[in-house]
Amino acid sequence: MIKARWGKPFSVILIILSALCIITTLVIDAAGMTLSYRGHALIAGIVGLAAGFYFLPVSEARHIKIINVLFLIPMVGTFAVTVIIPFLMGIFYSTTDWDGIKFENFVGFENYINMFKEPDYLYSFGITFLFTVVNMALVNFFAFALALLCTSNSKVTGFCRAAFFIPNLIGGIVLGYVWQFIFNKVFILAAPPSMLTNANLALVAILIVSTWQYSGYIMMIYITGLQTIPKDVIEASGIDGASWWRQLFKIKIPMIANTFTVCTFLTLVNSFKQFDLNIALTNGAPQRVIDGRAVYATEFLALNIYKTAITKHDYAIAQTKAILFFVILAVISITQVVISKRNEVEI
Amino acid sequence: MKKLNRTVITMVSLLIAIIVLLPFVLVVLNSAKSSAEIVTSPVAFPSDFSQLFTNFSSVIKNQNFNYWTSFLTSFLVTSISLVLLIIFSSMAAWVLCRNKTKWSSIIFLGFIAAMTIPFQVVMLPMLSSYRAIQDFTGIKFLQSIGGLVFAYLGFGGSMSIFVLHGFVKGIPLELEEAAAIDGCSKEGTFFRIIFPLLRPVHVTLLILNGIWIWNDYLLPSLMLGLSGNIKTLPVAVTSFVGSFVKQWDLILSAAFLAMIPIIILFIFAQKQIIKGMVEGAIK
Repeated sequence: MIKARWGKPFSVILIILSALCIITTLVIDAAGMTLSYRGHALIAGIVGLAAGFYFLPVSEARHIKIINVLFLIPMVGTFAVTVIIPFLMGIFYSTTDWDGIKFENFVGFENYINMFKEPDYLYSFGITFLFTVVNMALVNFFAFALALLCTSNSKVTGFCRAAFFIPNLIGGIVLGYVWQFIFNKVFILAAPPSMLTNANLALVAILIVSTWQYSGYIMMIYITGLQTIPKDVIEASGIDGASWWRQLFKIKIPMIANTFTVCTFLTLVNSFKQFDLNIALTNGAPQRVIDGRAVYATEFLALNIYKTAITKHDYAIAQTKAILFFVILAVISITQVVISKRNEVEI
Repeated sequence: MKKLNRTVITMVSLLIAIIVLLPFVLVVLNSAKSSAEIVTSPVAFPSDFSQLFTNFSSVIKNQNFNYWTSFLTSFLVTSISLVLLIIFSSMAAWVLCRNKTKWSSIIFLGFIAAMTIPFQVVMLPMLSSYRAIQDFTGIKFLQSIGGLVFAYLGFGGSMSIFVLHGFVKGIPLELEEAAAIDGCSKEGTFFRIIFPLLRPVHVTLLILNGIWIWNDYLLPSLMLGLSGNIKTLPVAVTSFVGSFVKQWDLILSAAFLAMIPIIILFIFAQKQIIKGMVEGAIK
């Protein structure tokens, strides 16, 4: 009832006050004054404006429109400011000599050409592709084997599933340091020197940890897939005399082909984006000499981009590398969509 | 024969499980050793388990690690982000799903397409634009919990809206029409009828986003800095490791303390966590 009588003046006054509040703070900002409460006033103004429009007594259809906009604003606003605008700015910056704060000249495609002149970057490319392919194969092999083990009606499957899954819950940073200890202080007892000091073995070390961390998660997806296979199909083939291996290759694997696609692409993308484990376990070390120049032996693309910006302060080049990183990932994602669409049609 | 087979499978499963868990056992054992003891016998049982508490207290008091403050920061960032993410993305997904206009499909497509954008592409321009907004308006974005929450809303929105959108589609429109006939307002319909129905997806999203935000390192390390006053747990661990010349007893105690919260959570909500993470991946 109050809303009906006082709603209109109340909401109109609220809108006007909030708008004034926003305008005043923006004017203060533009004038370069640094009053300590101007940020709070701006936020209060925005909230007040939203509340004002919400309480505004208008026709039902208008009110629905206002609600639609108000409901969209939080997500669209944060998304635009954090993802879309920086993404477009990033593409723009890759054609300039941006230094993280400002840019002075347009350089066209110079960054795209120059980045390939860095031996570190070329090496990073190669090592990341190698890691991605090998890691994908290892994770999927172990995950599928564990999934078969965990669907075989043993009494301990519940415990084992949980045990295999746990490493995946802890972040790569913490696990990276833990494994650094294991490689440097424990494994060294059996086979010195530490694997992390050898350029080839350090990559093997990252593969071990990454497979250990990730297999349990992918295993769960395979288990979900395996559980969709009807039991009578397996039983029928068993009565017909099909061996375990024959059931595996002729029934189980073909029936969960879709799960294989999902898991393959999931591991592909995640291996390609590997960063946390990389920075915590090796941080790119050790170095390796190629053509008389020292490059970091285990520096994957994500770490290379990070170091180019944060350590070398080469922001424009780092941004350009990141754009190419995105293009590769986008191609992978599109391939995945095309493949799964085709599979759907076949089924 | 069959019984023998089953015993073999059980033994093999248990053996693999023990190997997988071994690194965690090593963390626990070595957290309870002095730095001298770790070097001489890293795999043995600790001689005196009370060393565990000595290590813990020196780690907790450490200026770079500051366990309770970091834990609280991580907790606040994760929980506030999750609550807002769930409410706001449900609202957005509902509006985008129920309005078949050109704009709503453009916005929805934008959210979906952005799922392929890796963090590395946006991180540098994002930092500079956050800094610019911070300098211009005086709202603290970098080195603040609010700024991190804002960033997580932006990055978590795509996937959450995508999952929720699919679910809202399955809710019959008649439900909303009936509510409207009974005199329920548009926003009332959403909060009283649609939002409670979205509960199963909310659980999935809480788990997926929760584990991601809790463990995330790159975003908070860029926004907070390794030597700032505010740190999340992964940032605190890194800053702590960087400040010591490989004092493994303390580093492992720090790692132990950083793992405890999530492992306790896993023990209590094992089924939901596994289910949530698998569902998220398949979608």
